[in-house]
Amino acid sequence: MLAVRDLKVRYGAVEAVRGLDLSLARGQLLALLGANGAGKTSTLAAIAGLVPAAGRIEIAGETAGGLPPETLARRGVALVPEGRRLFAGLTVAENLTLGGAVHTPPAERRRRVAAMEERFPVLAERRHQKAGLLSGGEQQMLALARALMAGPRLLLLDEPSLGLAPQMVERVFDIVAGLKAEGLTILLVEQNVPMSLAIADQAVVLANGRAALSGPAAEVAASDHVRRAYLAA
Amino acid sequence: MDLILQQMVNAVSLGGIYALLALGLAVVFSIVRLINFAHGEVMTVAGYGIWIALASAWPVAAAVALGLAVAILAAVSMERVAFRAMRGADVTTLLITSFAVSEIIKVLFQNGISARPVPVVLPAWMSGTLDLGPVRIGVIALISILTVALSLVLLSVFLRRTVMGLAMRAAAEDFPVVRLMGLRANHVIALAFAVSGILAGVAAVLWVAQRGSVDPLMGAAPVLKAFIATVLGGLGSLTGAVIGGFVVGAVEVCLQGFLPQSLLPYREAISLALIIAVLVWRPDGLWPAEQTSRS
Ligand SMILES: Nc1ncnc2c1ncn2[C@@H]1O[C@H](COP(=O)(O)OP(=O)(O)OP(=O)(O)O)[C@@H](O)[C@H]1O
Ligand SMILES: [Mg+2]
Repeated sequence: MLAVRDLKVRYGAVEAVRGLDLSLARGQLLALLGANGAGKTSTLAAIAGLVPAAGRIEIAGETAGGLPPETLARRGVALVPEGRRLFAGLTVAENLTLGGAVHTPPAERRRRVAAMEERFPVLAERRHQKAGLLSGGEQQMLALARALMAGPRLLLLDEPSLGLAPQMVERVFDIVAGLKAEGLTILLVEQNVPMSLAIADQAVVLANGRAALSGPAAEVAASDHVRRAYLAA
Repeated sequence: MDLILQQMVNAVSLGGIYALLALGLAVVFSIVRLINFAHGEVMTVAGYGIWIALASAWPVAAAVALGLAVAILAAVSMERVAFRAMRGADVTTLLITSFAVSEIIKVLFQNGISARPVPVVLPAWMSGTLDLGPVRIGVIALISILTVALSLVLLSVFLRRTVMGLAMRAAAEDFPVVRLMGLRANHVIALAFAVSGILAGVAAVLWVAQRGSVDPLMGAAPVLKAFIATVLGGLGSLTGAVIGGFVVGAVEVCLQGFLPQSLLPYREAISLALIIAVLVWRPDGLWPAEQTSRS
């Protein structure tokens, strides 16, 4: 579904990603881990078309590098951005509607909004509230639902559990595991290493813009490096 | 009493025009961070469109339709020809670009048609008055007020009830995320200019109806007032632009109507001083744009 070769992202003099390879098969979940500033967000931004990047990006066998974000969205890429970036002044329902904006028949959009409200009942209760007034957990539900509205083939999640209470963190990981069980292909960026490795098929640990470690999630979890640095074992 | 009511009618019909122009400026600014000083020339282009149509003996409705159509065309072409190439440039560069566009259009009209005003002959019924209880109101003033009200309602419905309307509100908060939803940046921006064009077109229709002539500079003064209105209301805030437009119109009419003769030459200075005082009191304007919780 996703193949990334020798990806490089730079902001002026800062080299955020320096030659990264990733491959993600259909229906699998790849966890992209690493310390602050390792280049995780930059990698997702490059795949979603938000920042220019060097290297090759292929999605479902087609070249995706260099395409604008709107084209990639229409090809089935959805990003839940770091910090959620909801439209704070718009209501919950309006945020969802925009998430499904690529579906031109309005009836289909409404059907999907209803489906999301069933899946995340809290969003139905808050339908007419401004997104900016939701709690952190509710905002994360909305950000996920907004991305799912497009019916993506490839879901990119940037630290969905960041800043949430422990209960909410579990809820988020449950949801992500559920989406994977439904067959969605997911690239998950996280700082919560144990919970990510528990639901991932593959994992890559980024350090300074390069893969320091990669392989099946179980192997990465068992590696000395990860055990010492992240699993406190 | 009559005089006060009369002045209120004047204030609302003038303020309404400023409000429409200010809204157009605000819609574009909120999305592309461009203060389009060529917005006044969109109004001028529409004014000449109306003039040509009426001079060719078109019915009023057709002349209005032509005015609106050329306003949309002018605004969208400006974006396509001048501003798209400058996308992402800093505020100053964009501002200077808009001044250039504005000057070019003015000169084209000055040299191509005439630097002097050309009269626009309106049908006789428009210059009549109606007696509404104790007040006598001009037909044009009444049409202006109703048109402004209708335009504001339609715009608000568009921004709330259609996907592209939602996209425009969302783009004012976080444009890249709107693109992540699969909406094309070029479409959203072109639409913002088209909306600003319609609003300027409506303003042009009302302005021409109130003045009875068009000239190459006709858009310059009102758009300056509209700019003041957007700053007063809160730059980038649509509600603020409307409030600002009505306040600027009301201040102008009040000073014109109630200042002693000896102070009349200073009315612009006095009105600007009042507005500066408001901005000292509320630097973000009367009704600032919503702050986004961007982390
Ligand atoms: N827009 C930008 N301009 C300049 N430098 C940037 C920009 N965005 C990120 N960087 C830099 O690029 C590097 C990688 O940043 P990135 O956000 O991709 O890391 P991250 O792994 O997502 O970190 P975090 O865990 O803190 O979210 C960092 O050194 C960061 O300071
Ligand atoms: Mg990040």
